[in-house]
Amino acid sequence: MASAIRMRSVHDAEALGAGDPAGPAAAGHPVAVPLVAVPPPAPPVAARPVVRPAAKASADGAVPPAWPVRLLAMVRAQVPSFLLAMVSIGLLIGFWYLATAYRWNFYIRFTNVPSPGEVYSDAVVLFGDPKFLTNIGISLWRIMLGFCIATVLGVSLGLLCGRYALLKGLMFPALEVIRPIPAIAWVPISIMLWPTTETSIVFITFIGAFFPILLNTLHGVGAVDRVLIRAARCLGASEFALMTQVVLRGALPHIFTGLAVGMGVAWVSLIAAEMISGQFGVGYFTWEAYSLIEYPHIVIGMLVIGVLGLLCSGAIRLLAKIVMPWQGTGGKENA
Amino acid sequence: MMASVHSPSRGCIDIRDVTVSFSQNGASLDAVSGISLKVEPGEFVSIVGPSGCGKSTLLNIVAGFLSPTRGEASVDGAAIRGPGADRGVVFQQYSLFPWLRVRENVEFGLKMQGMCSSERQSKARTLLGLAGLLAFENHYPDQLSGGMKQRVGIVRALATGPQVLLMDEPFGALDAQTRVVMQEILTNMWQQLRLSVLFITHDIEESIFLSDKVYVMTARPGRIKAEIPIPLPRPRTAEMTSSPTFVAIQQQLKALIREESLAAMGGELADGGLGRDWHLGSEGVRAAL
Repeated sequence: MASAIRMRSVHDAEALGAGDPAGPAAAGHPVAVPLVAVPPPAPPVAARPVVRPAAKASADGAVPPAWPVRLLAMVRAQVPSFLLAMVSIGLLIGFWYLATAYRWNFYIRFTNVPSPGEVYSDAVVLFGDPKFLTNIGISLWRIMLGFCIATVLGVSLGLLCGRYALLKGLMFPALEVIRPIPAIAWVPISIMLWPTTETSIVFITFIGAFFPILLNTLHGVGAVDRVLIRAARCLGASEFALMTQVVLRGALPHIFTGLAVGMGVAWVSLIAAEMISGQFGVGYFTWEAYSLIEYPHIVIGMLVIGVLGLLCSGAIRLLAKIVMPWQGTGGKENA
Repeated sequence: MMASVHSPSRGCIDIRDVTVSFSQNGASLDAVSGISLKVEPGEFVSIVGPSGCGKSTLLNIVAGFLSPTRGEASVDGAAIRGPGADRGVVFQQYSLFPWLRVRENVEFGLKMQGMCSSERQSKARTLLGLAGLLAFENHYPDQLSGGMKQRVGIVRALATGPQVLLMDEPFGALDAQTRVVMQEILTNMWQQLRLSVLFITHDIEESIFLSDKVYVMTARPGRIKAEIPIPLPRPRTAEMTSSPTFVAIQQQLKALIREESLAAMGGELADGGLGRDWHLGSEGVRAAL
């Protein structure tokens, strides 16, 4: 606790404009503080405040280490894993090349599979083709729409069901019946339900993302520390404030797990829906390439789907970092 | 600014003949039974007792988390109907919102009252300054030590200007050295603010050092076993803990609580079970087994 006393003096010194707040002279600074009138004993053990370096840096208002230095350190730490990653991907492409170049045929047939070179030269052409780019844009738009609706509905329903047992009792049996049905199985009904193919594809994307988001939100609400809810009520929080400022924020880590899983399932559902009922979209493009015997386009479609999926998960991880800046600030993880 | 909020005539906690029963496997079980106690305005009252005696149950009633099965609890004559900002609560587990920075944690209650952003910011900064935490206003709770967290917890509970401060073993999770300093900080704060405090602890020294009056509770079902006034002068200082008065009260309280702890741990401990008769030597014990 000696550190706490010192902390106080540190602050006092700062308030008086004594300059360097971490200066050792601040430790014994006798200032009459009305609230905390503990005599500052300047204990010999209190050599340094017990604050983690990162915390201290910002406490002093000091600028963090220069960007180049941090970047260099980061790069250096990443080099071994980066090399390994290159080797890993190199091996995959090498295998692909050998298999297609020598037309391997041992039960698995590589006879019709396009080679890396063919795929590359076709890709160069395709990425200049506005029709192909439109396909990508349309798929992204469908994902956005379906995923956003699923997020809004899943999170709000999850929060309400997590907080009100009656609502949960009413909603859940029905949802539990629907939940195990894979989104792809919804395709025929969806085409019947919705007026246009477009809406039915968005609906299937929504169905895919909805349940992981709902269930994780529900789990997150259950994981919010009861004491925090009590504390908020003692501080005069209304039910609405409790929901938006305590339950929602406490559940955020779990909600983001749900979003990440939901995003993955949304892509699976979208591609399947586009392949079956689509006009436009990357899934449709990939399936059409098969029908038109443009084999390199199949691989390009697959790779594009993979990269888009990766980018979307990355976006969610980035969003999580922005929305939850408190995560990972301390020594321990708080779930 | 904060002290001016409290008029000395307010903040009277009155617990009258309160019983709390839980039903367990169909049988009704009393957590606390027939408890009456009073905290006068501006008084610092502690409740000590063996673990599981229902100390926290009593505090939860005053906080409004729990309603008594029988009896009545009121603050300033108004029956308690649920939690509210008129009673600040400090929890053992700090219970700071991990997603809010230190200052935002302190502002939380003010925000709930609808105070505007700039006003509550300046108020929170003043309070944090008094508690010596202004340099940490932009830190997240996870970046603070336990003692600092609990100071934020106390400041947060005080920010809305409550008449009554309820503290549920607030220093129980801290190490012994930190705890001693926190007790000094608390007694000095109380000296300035003069608000009524109901303080739950199992630390006898802590209760004597801080309080005007200590209630000792019995083992479950919790009853009031004794009411001990603490005649030590104010303001309290660390040296008083070795004064004859302090030591005498300490002995008295220890004896009272020891009886109850033994009762709480089970009947057999009263005689043989304390380990005094283990004079067999290690060989003897092995032989006896």
